[in-house]
Amino acid sequence: MGNGKRLVIGVIGADIHTVGNKILDYAFREAGFDVVNLGVLVSQEEYINAAIETKADAIIVSSLYGQGELDCRGMRDKCIEAGIPDIPLYVGGNIVIGKVPFEEVEPKFKAMGFNRVYPPATPPETTIADLKKDLGIED
Amino acid sequence: MHHGVDFKVKTALFIDIGSTYTKAVAVDMENEEVIACAKSPTTVMTDVTIGVNNAIAKIKEQTGIENFEVFRACSSAAGGLRMVSSGLVRDLTAEAARQAALSAGAKVINVYANKLNAHEAAEILDIKPDIFMLAGGTDGGNSEVILHNAKIIADIPLVFPVIISGNKAVADEVQRILEAGGKPAVQCENVMPEFGKLNINPSREAIRQVFLDRIINAKGLKAVQDMVQGDIIPTPASVIESIQLFARGTKRSLGMGEMVAVDIGGATTDIYSATNGCPVLSGAVLKGIPHPATKRSVEGDLGMRWNAQSIVSLVEEDFFCEYADVSPEKLRATLAKYKENPELLPEDEEERRIDLQLARQAAFIAMTRHAGSVEKIFTPLGESYLQTGKNLYDIQFVLGTGGSIINNPNPKEILSGVEATPKEPFALMPKKPKYILDKKYILSAMGLLSQVDPEMALRIMKKEMVIL
Repeated sequence: MGNGKRLVIGVIGADIHTVGNKILDYAFREAGFDVVNLGVLVSQEEYINAAIETKADAIIVSSLYGQGELDCRGMRDKCIEAGIPDIPLYVGGNIVIGKVPFEEVEPKFKAMGFNRVYPPATPPETTIADLKKDLGIED
Repeated sequence: MHHGVDFKVKTALFIDIGSTYTKAVAVDMENEEVIACAKSPTTVMTDVTIGVNNAIAKIKEQTGIENFEVFRACSSAAGGLRMVSSGLVRDLTAEAARQAALSAGAKVINVYANKLNAHEAAEILDIKPDIFMLAGGTDGGNSEVILHNAKIIADIPLVFPVIISGNKAVADEVQRILEAGGKPAVQCENVMPEFGKLNINPSREAIRQVFLDRIINAKGLKAVQDMVQGDIIPTPASVIESIQLFARGTKRSLGMGEMVAVDIGGATTDIYSATNGCPVLSGAVLKGIPHPATKRSVEGDLGMRWNAQSIVSLVEEDFFCEYADVSPEKLRATLAKYKENPELLPEDEEERRIDLQLARQAAFIAMTRHAGSVEKIFTPLGESYLQTGKNLYDIQFVLGTGGSIINNPNPKEILSGVEATPKEPFALMPKKPKYILDKKYILSAMGLLSQVDPEMALRIMKKEMVIL
């Protein structure tokens, strides 16, 4: 049933919102992905180490408490340093504080090296469809 | 009074071949008690059986018993079991490989992470490991690094056995590469089959098997293996067995409860902890790999003689002098004396206080490294805790073993060095443990007895260990 692709997921920084993480875990597994779930309070290094050791195909970062911009800064550089320069990085949740229009948020995270950036309340199906496209999975 | 052999009385003899002394413990299996202990210098450089037979002769003299129905041995002589391991990420498979080697009773000389280079290959050649443990990658995960490392290891111009405990997807290929390089290689289950999941028992078993098949002969222990029943095992592996048994008990009988054991030697300090899984502080999130339920750590810079100076430096000299209530001149003179002759024992009151502090501080520092740690973080939703390693706050017992604790007039003062202190607010060290002493120095013997009769080994430990 699996599609042979492995995802590292988790909630970044000093963020303990666990519900969305569990939903994503379930949705990704249902869609056939092999999921390495790091849970909450995840540091950049943890995602990267897990991705190296498991040869993951993508890292999916969640941030729900508004500090995503600070927490995600420099993550692409660390991936480059660690020898996985091209790994797809996705980020979603409530990634910034306040009512900043998403049109301003997205380019910021893209400039930080994230391949996909999602606004609040994105259904898992959207991300799954993007993953299939980006990782070359045939339906 | 000597008496003749009584065939109804079942007796057991256990030999522990140490680097300096060969120790023997005789057990009366009917009355379930230790009836004699003896030691004699280890003779591994000439013929190891001389030292073994000398120790046995002393036991026979004490007991008058000529034949022991049960006769087993463990050894840490000839450098112990010297291992080198490698993994991929330092905190993940490299750490898992290190934990597995330690829990098999090995002396871990070095641990490498990521791809080995020529310089490291030269280092490994120089170390001349008894066994190399090659890990890296979860099952189906990274295979590039373990394949690279297999090639590097295969090319090292020295024959040593390799245990393959990495990504199973390439284990066959890794084995072919190693064997092409003349290295005897055995496969076992991945030490980290899934991310964050530690699987050390198969590696432990593989190490034990290789020790038996290849190392015993190479260390000149073959003659002893031919004398005894069962397999000679590394002494720390035997100690791990007994501590695990003493803490957890058997299916039928309760153990004492979660336990830490401390053994301070001349050159190193060993700490063992036997807990139920990897205990996590209530409300904390565990980060990094879960440490094994029965964990062993060895500190190569903490020892009563060869590393006395290193303990003093870590504590800082003026603090050490204050704790021991001696002048810096006296401390320096004493350490210089020990450096000259590590066999020396303290000769006056001040030197006894120095020895006590050396042991207490070694126990303290070793415990800060063995125990996990916690970090308080502030989140928008309140305080949260991140834990790495094991939470040993609620350990019920701390057991002291080894000459420098057993023979000290104040073992409790040494052992209480492991207690949680405001000096190390983030270390998850035991809060209010009770203290026990392995007065007769029988831990390794009980590990050997547990191979024959674990229930009896547990009962004897409960009887012979002294509560302080």
